[in-house]
Amino acid sequence: MADDYPSVDRVMGGPAGWISIAFPTILFLYFLGLLPEIAQGPQVHGIEWVPSLGVNLSVLLDGLSMTFVLLITGIGAAVTLYSARYLGNHPDYPRFVSYLLMFMIGMLGLVLADNLIMLFVFWEITTIASYLLIGFNADNANARRSALQALLVTGTGGLILLAGLIVLGTVAGTFELSQILTMGDMIRAHPWYLAILLLFLAGAFTKSAQVPFHFWLPNAMAAPTPVSAYLHSATMVKAGIFLMARMNPALGGTDAWFWILTLFGGVTAVFASVMAMRQTDIKQVLAYTTLMALGTLTMFIGAGTHYAIMAAMLFLVVHSLYKAALFLMIGIVDHATGTREAAVLGGLSKVMPLTGLAAALAAISMAGIPPMVGFIGKEFMYKAGLGLEGFGAFWVTMMAFAASVMMFAVGGIVALKPFRGDLRPTPKAPHEGPWPMLAGPLVLGALSLIFGLVPGVLGYYLVGPATHAVFGQVLPVELYLWGGINMALILSLLTFLAGWLVYRRHQSIRDRLAAFEARSPIDFDAGWDRLLDGFKAFAAWQTRLIQNGSLQRYMAVMFATFVVMVGGTYLLKGAFQGVPGLSADGVHPVQWTVLGLIVAGAILTVWTHSRMTAIAGMGAAGIGVSLIFIMFSAPDVAITQLLVEVLVVVLVSIVMLRLPYLPRRSKTRFRTGHAVIAGGTGLVTTFLLMSVMATDFDRRLTTFFEVTSYPEAHGRNIVNVILVDFRAMDTFGEIVVVAIAAIAAFALLRGAPRRKPEEES
Amino acid sequence: MQSLILTTTTRLLAALLLMFSVYALLRGHNLPGGGFIGGLIGATAFILYTIATSVDEAQAALRVDPSNLAMAGLGVAALGGIGAGFAGDPFFTGQWLFLFRDGDSYVPLSTVLVFDIGVYMAVFGGILTLVFALEQEI
Amino acid sequence: MELLLALSVGVLVAASVYLMLDRNILRFLFGLALLSNAVNLMIFASGRLTPGAPPLIDAGEYAPTGVVANALPQALVLTAIVIGFGLLAFTLALVYRTFMTLGTVNSDEMRVAEPVDAGKEAGK
Repeated sequence: MADDYPSVDRVMGGPAGWISIAFPTILFLYFLGLLPEIAQGPQVHGIEWVPSLGVNLSVLLDGLSMTFVLLITGIGAAVTLYSARYLGNHPDYPRFVSYLLMFMIGMLGLVLADNLIMLFVFWEITTIASYLLIGFNADNANARRSALQALLVTGTGGLILLAGLIVLGTVAGTFELSQILTMGDMIRAHPWYLAILLLFLAGAFTKSAQVPFHFWLPNAMAAPTPVSAYLHSATMVKAGIFLMARMNPALGGTDAWFWILTLFGGVTAVFASVMAMRQTDIKQVLAYTTLMALGTLTMFIGAGTHYAIMAAMLFLVVHSLYKAALFLMIGIVDHATGTREAAVLGGLSKVMPLTGLAAALAAISMAGIPPMVGFIGKEFMYKAGLGLEGFGAFWVTMMAFAASVMMFAVGGIVALKPFRGDLRPTPKAPHEGPWPMLAGPLVLGALSLIFGLVPGVLGYYLVGPATHAVFGQVLPVELYLWGGINMALILSLLTFLAGWLVYRRHQSIRDRLAAFEARSPIDFDAGWDRLLDGFKAFAAWQTRLIQNGSLQRYMAVMFATFVVMVGGTYLLKGAFQGVPGLSADGVHPVQWTVLGLIVAGAILTVWTHSRMTAIAGMGAAGIGVSLIFIMFSAPDVAITQLLVEVLVVVLVSIVMLRLPYLPRRSKTRFRTGHAVIAGGTGLVTTFLLMSVMATDFDRRLTTFFEVTSYPEAHGRNIVNVILVDFRAMDTFGEIVVVAIAAIAAFALLRGAPRRKPEEES
Repeated sequence: MQSLILTTTTRLLAALLLMFSVYALLRGHNLPGGGFIGGLIGATAFILYTIATSVDEAQAALRVDPSNLAMAGLGVAALGGIGAGFAGDPFFTGQWLFLFRDGDSYVPLSTVLVFDIGVYMAVFGGILTLVFALEQEI
Repeated sequence: MELLLALSVGVLVAASVYLMLDRNILRFLFGLALLSNAVNLMIFASGRLTPGAPPLIDAGEYAPTGVVANALPQALVLTAIVIGFGLLAFTLALVYRTFMTLGTVNSDEMRVAEPVDAGKEAGK
């Protein structure tokens, strides 16, 4: 396993390590410098990329993207520093770093995008990068399965999201977010609103692992610990949260938005907190608390009031800080002791005091105990919940309360229990972690404390602007540690009490949950496997049915499909436009001859059972076609056709020398079914061509080429000008095809075994 | 197949065809012709030569490997397309240079011609790659 | 003429499809060659038939004088002919190599990649 301290032979991962640390650090400092500016108002920058499709490389930098950018780069810096020590001697460390940076760039692009299509591109980059990161230990079957599962779930969601983006762009008439976000009223009133909403939420819910799409996230723990820390704190799973927050001004504020988000979010939060109690592996415990945080965030974004958005943005920051710290901490513990089982660990603070300190800071923030910033986060959640109306207030407050109780208990499980009490025997003798690994968790933990003590800074620079960006209006945001004695404070005290009780009894709760889980018929993970098996079975079935390996069958299916689909459409839509030039009068004898040559050549090729006659028939038809080109004013085409036809005849003749004769007539039989398909294809083609020629001719394109050919492209041969100038890109593609075909044929012919030609029997 | 008459006349004919192929290529922008046709005619010249003599002799006369020629053609055509990028236009926009302009007579040079030469080389080289391989292996 | 041409294209297509449905891949090859001719002719004819006026601009003019043939389908067909040739040549090489390796030109006997398994045999 990669989670072993390697003997150092690369210092901090070598050049790859330094680059990976420098990249997020420099970006973090750069964006930190922009912070005062962005706190005043959003900025949009952009360059056009594919203007005809409305795809632009434009950047929207406002409070929301700023918050995310600082989390991505800041926690990114901590994670890369940690990884350089943690994995720096792994043989594949440079590969790991490139995935991590690719992921980081994907996340940054995603949160900075002002163009919906660009947002989608970066969204998919994060999906792919997370696949590579989760499956980094590729020799582990479980890691591969988890990676594929994450890819399929989030990738499917991504495609659904793309549909939503396109519909939204069509409705709004632009793909620029900065414009769309001002059109909220129009979009919400549009008949397609619900469709857009559902498509967007499918993308967001799969990415942010809301129930019932949650199962991939705990499995994604197969990734190396720094990856888990990064993906699950500030990045990957928050992408869905970001999307919902980003779209709130355009899509939010309706009943559908409120109920879908609060119900799914609430259920996810409570389900996840119960599941977190069930786990014994501390990393799994943390994974489920991530799910719970995502549910909570979804719920509060859905609630949509100013207070709720503020609570969501605050909790977003709070959660990123403590979750990254805790993941990094458990990585150190795992390294030092060789285990992550909660039941085995204890008393580690004696040998790992700094790790214990980091864990304590983060866990106290997670539990929501003052003076940590986590306490403020929880207070504002309660205030936001109580501020809602009707059933919504009850639901949101209850769910937040339940989740907070569990968070308190989990904080104890992950940070209190392993470090207090007597030192227990572990697979390896524990020791303190090295500084590059301790720096991240300690700084993040300290930030949780500092922001708790001076919440005004956080409110002014990050949470305030972010709330403005999401809520759509500018309202004052003030964060404070002590808000006087009110309902929220009372709820907080109740939370501590209940949380303490749960923590005291967590072992028996876990046993009961385990027993319940063993009896429960619902298993999302197994269901996923069954779904995949079903897909495979279906694919095998339909392959057996229509792709049985017979070339004849393939061809017959293709042509029959053509006849039925095109012919059927033709009949149903009444596409028949009449017969052009119905009479055969005025057809010159030469034309009769040429057409006769084509038809005779074609029939001869079918009829004959001599190879050379068939080649002759084929050549005759080809020559006839080139004569048609000459008659109807296409000298270039005619010359090409003639030359190619000669080449074809020569080449086919050369090859035929080595190939067997065609079977004798006595050995073949007339294939009626195939004749019907062939005749049908010919008939449909004839009718299509007749209809095309009978309709009015739209000369616009042709006229354009005719009048611009000489003045703009300096050419008098319009056909050639089209080939080498107007459509040069296409022509380039075509000569590439010719060259590839030649090289491929060359490769096929070289070194072919030799065989004597069959004697004619 | 060694026939003295065929071999002798073919030398002459192949040379003529090659010249004509270049002529077709160069005049293609204003009259019937162009890279595709020129390349086909040029290939025909060598095929004729191959049939009259042998692949080895045709290969020796050509001097370069036809598959290299095809690939070089792609490169030349791409160059003709990219050229426009340096002038700030989208790729594959024709760039023209009129040399020795004197009233209505001038020598036009263009990236379009470069592109057409690339087409010529790709078609010529591609077809000869095929024919040589077929002739040699069969 | 349009009608006659459409009928001829139909015959050409029918002949090539019948050939392509043969299990002898040599005849398949002939069908492929005919089919590309048929399709080229069809595209060409869709751009209308204009006798005696090639799409060239006379010296001294800036645009064609009078109605000339439609240049666009000509350009499309010209490249299609060359591509069709590339396809045919590759198919030819493939057929040759297949015969040299497998010793058959019967497509039903070529089952190296997809051997007939017992289940399918039983189903037949």
